[in-house]
Amino acid sequence: MDLVQLLFEAGFWAASVRMATPLIFGTIGELICERAGVLNLGIEGIMAAGCMTGWTWVYFGGDLWMGVLAAAFVGALFGLLHAVFTVHLGLSQHVTGLGITMLAAALSSFVFRMLLPNITTPPKITPFQLLEIPFLSEIPLLGKVVFTQSPMTILALLTVIVVAYFLKKTPAGLALSMTGENPMAVESQGLSVFAIRTWAVMTGSALMAVGGAFLTMSAFDAFYIGMVNGRGWICIALVVFASWNPLKALLGTIIFAAFDALQMRVQQQSGMIIPYQFYLMMPYIFSIVALIIMSRRSAYPKALLVPFRKGER
Amino acid sequence: MRLEPRENVTLLIKAMVPISAGIISLLCCSALIIWAGASPLEACVLLIKGSLGSRFAISETLTRTIPLIFCGLAAAVAFRAKLWNIGAEGQLYAGACIATWLGTGMIDLPPWLMIPFLFAAGALAGGLLLLGPTILKTKFALDEVVTTLLLNFIVLLFVNWLVFGPWKDPMAMGWPQAAPVIDSATLGHILAKTRLHWGLAIAIIATFGVWFLMRFTTWGYEIRAVGHSQKASHFAGIPINRVIIRTALISGGLAGFAGVSELCGLKGYLTLDLSPGFGYSGIVVAMLASLHPLGVLLSSLFIAILSIGADSMSRSLNISNYIADVATAVSLLAVLLSMMLTKYTIRWR
Repeated sequence: MDLVQLLFEAGFWAASVRMATPLIFGTIGELICERAGVLNLGIEGIMAAGCMTGWTWVYFGGDLWMGVLAAAFVGALFGLLHAVFTVHLGLSQHVTGLGITMLAAALSSFVFRMLLPNITTPPKITPFQLLEIPFLSEIPLLGKVVFTQSPMTILALLTVIVVAYFLKKTPAGLALSMTGENPMAVESQGLSVFAIRTWAVMTGSALMAVGGAFLTMSAFDAFYIGMVNGRGWICIALVVFASWNPLKALLGTIIFAAFDALQMRVQQQSGMIIPYQFYLMMPYIFSIVALIIMSRRSAYPKALLVPFRKGER
Repeated sequence: MRLEPRENVTLLIKAMVPISAGIISLLCCSALIIWAGASPLEACVLLIKGSLGSRFAISETLTRTIPLIFCGLAAAVAFRAKLWNIGAEGQLYAGACIATWLGTGMIDLPPWLMIPFLFAAGALAGGLLLLGPTILKTKFALDEVVTTLLLNFIVLLFVNWLVFGPWKDPMAMGWPQAAPVIDSATLGHILAKTRLHWGLAIAIIATFGVWFLMRFTTWGYEIRAVGHSQKASHFAGIPINRVIIRTALISGGLAGFAGVSELCGLKGYLTLDLSPGFGYSGIVVAMLASLHPLGVLLSSLFIAILSIGADSMSRSLNISNYIADVATAVSLLAVLLSMMLTKYTIRWR
């Protein structure tokens, strides 16, 4: 098939947007944390916790949307832990984040194994079905790509718009961005840096967990240990690529997913000329390349990684 | 709530760090064990029995400490310079790959030359793998955490290709593994009828070597200075980028050592389960040791006891052995917390 032809195909872009969904949630979640000045390396583990929570919730008879909420709640709890350590106690964001990732991943594997001790093939749930939004799904191209998707994908797209508006236009959003740039100024306005950062990290972590839940509740229908497979780290790279801007983050994740979908198509057609492992490397290589391209242009939040202590300069 | 720096930190308070971290991690895991319907006390006894209860158990635990020491040292050296090398896992496999390439028949030297040669080659591979992210850090200010993490995935896929593709051993009954290393490249066993190999001696020598380097040499001084304050180091005329690159080569090299010693001492051939995440556990080892090289010996023993003990404990109590991973992660977070409490007191108001 011709590559140019592929780029005009609705099915290809629909697949790209679908594959981008967990990355959109994760990237926006990480972006919120970092805009407030906190790097959250817990993302990889929090996504795994979201995966597990959402899936088990539904497996044991819960409602799908309540499963998403449960995942978000668990994510927020890990976010709270991260915030207590890095914001309130001012501990290393790198090491705490890695610790959270290890803890969340290990706990979700442990809980999964304890809830379902004697299984060989992972059992399945009925995941979210495709949602065709009336009228809108009939728009040529866009209808297929945006409005005929899993409800979680549509939720992801809405999240981007809400977060972009929130950060740019609302006083609370401006305060959040200011916390990441100049926490002293926030404090002098009578706002609490600690409170803003805590809420930001909790909200961001909840979104990451929802991104994880998408994997088990929409993309696939079963939970595997290790299924997040580096997506969290890719999200962190995508935040840099997007220069901490939510709309650019959306664009970045979709371009990224399109490349991923493209390499899958190429892989299917080219047969076994290039070993499949090299195709699987592509997302990680793309991420590093994207980082290198954007590194000079990106504007870091000034106070990223800097713990804030009241009354200290 | 407010943090106030402590005036004088006694040795007793410092010694409490790993102890309190251990206790916190035990408490958290006890909660999980109770939830799973077993008795924590029994679990504790089984864990100690499984890791230290017999000659074989002790040998298994010591065997497990070897890669943990190397990876712990790798993290300890890098973190001292605030170089966040999270790529020890990938560097470990890089070392193992080079050792497989050279050690499966390409070169044959007498063992007293072959072993040091393979270790040097493995260290070079590990160091060079970390060099990329480090140069990206010094040249483009790219966060090395993300790049080293992503490299881990790339290296693992590369090894996957090697052992399923060109390096697949036709004699291995279809298992994805490379050919075994030749006899002169094999590390001998310390104890008969156990898997404990001379990698342990190399690990201990490396530990003292790193300690000496960090404590008594200019290089070590520069590494520590850059970690404390880049600005002050710059004013003192320390070439920061050169020091960071040197640190990266040492750190990556130590992780490469881990790969070579696992390959030549334990497994004998390259597989995908050569390391069940030693690179990541190494971070915990280093943090538990407060980044002190000699402390790495103790903390790697602790993590080894935890993982070997949890394996046998989980089998007899029918609890998932992921409990060891949980305990490791909790101890990392707990040690961070306790370290802070040695420097600050919390004043509630």
